[in-house]
Amino acid sequence: MAEEKDIIIRLEHISKSFGDKKVLDDISLEVKRGEFVTFLGPSGCGKTTTLRLIAGFGKPDEGTVTMEGKVINDVPPYKRKLNTVFQRYALFPHLDVYDNVAFGLKLQKVPEDEIEKRVKRVLKLVSMSDYEDRDVESLSGGQQQRVAIARALINQPQVLLLDEPLAALDLKMRKDMQIELKEMHKKLGITFIYVTHDQEEALTLSDTIVVMNEGKIQQIGTPIDIYNEPVNCFVADFIGESNILKGRMLRDRRVAFIKHEFDCVDEGFGENVKVDVVVRPEDIYFTTDPAKCQFKAKVNSCTFKGVHYEMWVDTDTGYELMIQDYDPYPVGSEVMLYIDPDDIQVMKKERLANTYPAKVKGEGKVEFLDTEFTCNTEGFQDGDEVVATIHFEKVDLLDHEEDADLTGNVEFILYMGDHYHLTVKTDAGENIWVDTNDIWDKGDFVGIKILPEDIQLSKAAAGNE
Amino acid sequence: MKANRFFAKAYIWLLLIVLYAPIVFIVVFSFTEAKSLGNWTGFSTQLYQNLFNGSMQNSSGLLSAVKNTLLIALAASVVATILGTIAAIGIYHLHGRKRGVMTFLNNIPMINPDIITGVSLFLLFVFLGISQGYLTVILAHITFCTPYVVLNVMPKLRQMNPNIYEAALDLGATPAQALRKVLVPALRPGMVSGFILSFTMSLDDFAVTFFTRGTIGLDTLSTYIYADARKGGLTPELKPLMSILFLVILIVLLVINIRQSKQLSSIEKK
Repeated sequence: MAEEKDIIIRLEHISKSFGDKKVLDDISLEVKRGEFVTFLGPSGCGKTTTLRLIAGFGKPDEGTVTMEGKVINDVPPYKRKLNTVFQRYALFPHLDVYDNVAFGLKLQKVPEDEIEKRVKRVLKLVSMSDYEDRDVESLSGGQQQRVAIARALINQPQVLLLDEPLAALDLKMRKDMQIELKEMHKKLGITFIYVTHDQEEALTLSDTIVVMNEGKIQQIGTPIDIYNEPVNCFVADFIGESNILKGRMLRDRRVAFIKHEFDCVDEGFGENVKVDVVVRPEDIYFTTDPAKCQFKAKVNSCTFKGVHYEMWVDTDTGYELMIQDYDPYPVGSEVMLYIDPDDIQVMKKERLANTYPAKVKGEGKVEFLDTEFTCNTEGFQDGDEVVATIHFEKVDLLDHEEDADLTGNVEFILYMGDHYHLTVKTDAGENIWVDTNDIWDKGDFVGIKILPEDIQLSKAAAGNE
Repeated sequence: MKANRFFAKAYIWLLLIVLYAPIVFIVVFSFTEAKSLGNWTGFSTQLYQNLFNGSMQNSSGLLSAVKNTLLIALAASVVATILGTIAAIGIYHLHGRKRGVMTFLNNIPMINPDIITGVSLFLLFVFLGISQGYLTVILAHITFCTPYVVLNVMPKLRQMNPNIYEAALDLGATPAQALRKVLVPALRPGMVSGFILSFTMSLDDFAVTFFTRGTIGLDTLSTYIYADARKGGLTPELKPLMSILFLVILIVLLVINIRQSKQLSSIEKK
């Protein structure tokens, strides 16, 4: 834990809704002075909303934003000692480069000669010295971005907020700007809070990454931590490429997956506990030494990716794995493979089955997810509050509405080596997790069917009324 | 094929003649001295001289009508520009159905016949017990001008980067400063077009003015000309006056069109 005086911004239990939609759900985090922090997540995960709350555009419904020890929930943006670089630059079109950059200083009634000195200095910092008199709309995207950064830096903020600043630039330009931003951060020594959906950008730039999804923080850590030790399937899938597989922790330092047993370095899960396992594709090695071989596989496809080859292999136990290696292996060849104990990341399962609070509606009927289902209600009375449990593989997805109990859209797809694990959002906004061998696409509209014998009821936990 | 093109051309010319003949007629006969309309007694600028040296009959009445017209048009279009800009910003920040409903409500007064606007405002002023005169005419003109300003400012808001207002706040501007230094300059072209349109709408309004001017003898150009024409024929000096008015409006319209095409080409350049 960092010293109190080193914390420049602290969010505590922040929640925020727009209408019925909860965009931030109990967000807490700390930003250290001088740190480069990145909020990373897919669109709609709440990262930009979090940044806007720090900037002062909007107030949290619950929780506090603290800057340098003072709660700033009610401080308007123009009184906060931080500046923002906006998405799509937001330069003032009626002012030239010089006046755009000088805008903040002119408001503060800084003397003209001092303004000129500081504008010149900051334009030099972003390598835009010769563009003072240019009309901002005549500049290229990258040049506009530099002016936007200069305009934000001239007020000498303690914290610079950047909202996907490079999203509109082409790849080459983006790479160059990433390096420049990193150098600028080093030179200025101020705190950068950066928002992006590009995981590579986050890994390149940040001291600390905050991975967000659906309004919640998934993981906070250094780029290396986040990459090597993702805490759940979402983080593992979002950052880099990965093989995510169902596993079973046999005992400390011993885990089974793809129907083989492996040594690993994880402890404390207990014995015979279901887990998820992540193995990065570059961490599965080929060998010709039968003593080293842990399992065999057949190469299914091999694609050249520039620096490395990407291969899909079918294991002798019927799982599909992705492997990246500098050397190609011919399609159809039998190969021997092994994984280092260090490279196996074991994660606690977030959930073992779908569970929903439910209400018994007379003999043989139960209601949950705003839908009435038929099932065995033996041992329960009409009106009892119960918990309904449905296993992932027991949920049927249909491509039509007829015969379905309810409908929804596929939100998230995870390939688990021999089946897909889908997150389906119902029309009422609840999640159902489904294991299936069928191929669906993200966003597909699906009918959801659950058979009566696949719904198990149990007593609701006490105090859960 | 050739015949087709001939008829197409002839049709256009016929249309133009029908449209512009009355105006050409007035302009041509403003340059002769004949009292009755349609008589040509040789070229003369006598009517123009009469108009400006005050030797026409009831020239003080005409002068005050011109003054009233300009005063009312100026006051109404200034207020309408301010109100319309604020309304446009408000409507722009509504979401979903609310925005659609407000845009629709804004459009109704524009397609509403003037006579209905005039009569209903007249009834409203009587009901509220407001004595009719300058104030009611200006209020009435503001009412029918404001929607046109909203219509002109809206596209500028849509073109604007939605973050520039926030960017100004972020750099230390208070909401009032951000409005003045960033929002208004960005919306200015739309506000100017809205103002000019309001001004010309107010200038040539007859129906609404007629119903809301009350009985204090307030005349604008349109009501003055109407009254004059009913009193035994049009005063000859009104022909040059109308020619001048036509010219002024023509110039204003040209200015608006040139401005718009310049803006369009500057957008295309990007």
